[in-house]
Amino acid sequence: MLYPDTVESDVLVHKPWFITGLFAVVFAVFLAFDLTGTSLGDLMRPVIGDPAESGVYGRFAITFVIAVTLCLNIVLIGFAPLKVQVAVVWSELLLLFLAFFTTFNLSLPFMAEKLPFLITQGLFTTIYVSAISIVIASAIAILGAVAKLSTNGFAYAIASFYTSFFRGLPLLMQVYLIYLGLPQIGFVIDAVPAGILALSLCYGAYMTEIFRSGIQSIDRGQWEASRSIGFGFGVTMRKIILPQALPVIIPPTGNQFISMLKDSSLVSVIGVWELMFLARTLGQKSFQHMEMLISAAMLYWIVSIGLELIQSRIERHYARSKVR
Amino acid sequence: MSDTIIDVRNVSKWYGAFRVLTDVNLTVQKGERIVICGPSGSGKSTLIRCFNRLEAHQQGDIVVNGIILHDKMREVGAVRKNVGMVFQHFNLFPHMTVLMNCMVGPMWIKGVSQAEARKTALQFLERVRIPEQANKYPVQLSGGQQQRVAIARSLCMQPAVMLFDEPTSALDPEMVSEVLETMTSLAREGMTMVCVTHEMAFARAVADRVIFMNAGQIVEQGKPEEFFKNPQHERTKLFLSQILKH
Repeated sequence: MLYPDTVESDVLVHKPWFITGLFAVVFAVFLAFDLTGTSLGDLMRPVIGDPAESGVYGRFAITFVIAVTLCLNIVLIGFAPLKVQVAVVWSELLLLFLAFFTTFNLSLPFMAEKLPFLITQGLFTTIYVSAISIVIASAIAILGAVAKLSTNGFAYAIASFYTSFFRGLPLLMQVYLIYLGLPQIGFVIDAVPAGILALSLCYGAYMTEIFRSGIQSIDRGQWEASRSIGFGFGVTMRKIILPQALPVIIPPTGNQFISMLKDSSLVSVIGVWELMFLARTLGQKSFQHMEMLISAAMLYWIVSIGLELIQSRIERHYARSKVR
Repeated sequence: MSDTIIDVRNVSKWYGAFRVLTDVNLTVQKGERIVICGPSGSGKSTLIRCFNRLEAHQQGDIVVNGIILHDKMREVGAVRKNVGMVFQHFNLFPHMTVLMNCMVGPMWIKGVSQAEARKTALQFLERVRIPEQANKYPVQLSGGQQQRVAIARSLCMQPAVMLFDEPTSALDPEMVSEVLETMTSLAREGMTMVCVTHEMAFARAVADRVIFMNAGQIVEQGKPEEFFKNPQHERTKLFLSQILKH
């Protein structure tokens, strides 16, 4: 939440100037596009007749309907309590997207037939590759952050070279380097371990910087207090500094996890049967690309929502000590 | 001289080219209460931060509880667990309750059981007169209460000497007295204390010795009665006239 000001203010969306302004803007914007040829035109057929021949009148009517619906919607939602507002807006946006997807004329039986395999093979692979990579990346990140903050030149040099290299190279290139490059020096590696290694190293580099900034955000006095009690470096780090740094680290780390989930599709280039790979191949035979791609997209989204929920739960856990 | 707890011999310290401490000599006996005062930037905080090696000195020797502080020391932990320190900005651990703040030291350093650490913590919280705040988090406490928790946290380690680094400088006037009362009662019970503070009334009432520092040197020291009645050096007179004017 932002800082809540204690001065009561009226609901913005119920002010006449705001509604009129919004109406005018929406009207002007939608009038600029000719929507008579879209499915909206079809919906308005009873009023405007054949959309293609309705001309300026049709265009005007469609725009008017859109603007009125939108403004009415906003005004009505303005009356609801916060939680209802969130729920209503979420479902409206979701419905809009579903309506958008229905325009593809997707074959639902085909999706239903392929979905189990997409989940058991594709999604399962995606999740376990990401999960293992996330754990390794976090471990690398803590080590990297400590090394980058240390006064040991050797440790600093390795850590800064590592972050520079792995943040600087495209992830795709890293996947190739590990899968195709390592055998050059006589170390043959399977596709899945290679993918996990590439993802861990790449995200470890990004997360090193996140962890470093988190550790640095902790007041120097905390180190002094901890060391003056007699705690060593390890205890200070694990029990005093990291627990306080976590609330700072978690939101950007949550970002990284979600981003990794989707970047794990890059390991399909070395033949790992993860979600994106299957989505592309399964649809190919019968040219039903969109079905599979949209299914995969939805699966990615569902898992991301799961991660978001976990993130907000952890954030709430760490907010305990901040309640006054 | 087994009763000497802190022995400082010819200590000098530099921050880069700037000399913060110049040939400081000081001994603190067991049970002694010492107040260090002086203008800001005179090196008083730096000096007491050298006693538990939060800062390193470059020249001379500091012996704390029989252990010589130097560069490559493994025993720094042994020194620190016997030296309590109270900071200007309290530095409580904000992610732990007041009780946990007091328990972690004994538990993680001395290996005391949780039940016993809890008992000790409550006992010392009682002594600083805030046992009822035990399960709150530090942000929920007033400044004075936080500082008293910080004192209790140090006491839980049962240190041989307590260092106070301007413990009341960040507090409201009203809260200063509650912290000073706690410190005074601690002094009455015979705790060895070294306090950097500007609270001259406290110095007068409690200190065995007042030390005046200026520009990294100990300019003058003496019993509080003499120190306040006839300061010897011009710089001391000036300082005292400034600080006692109000």
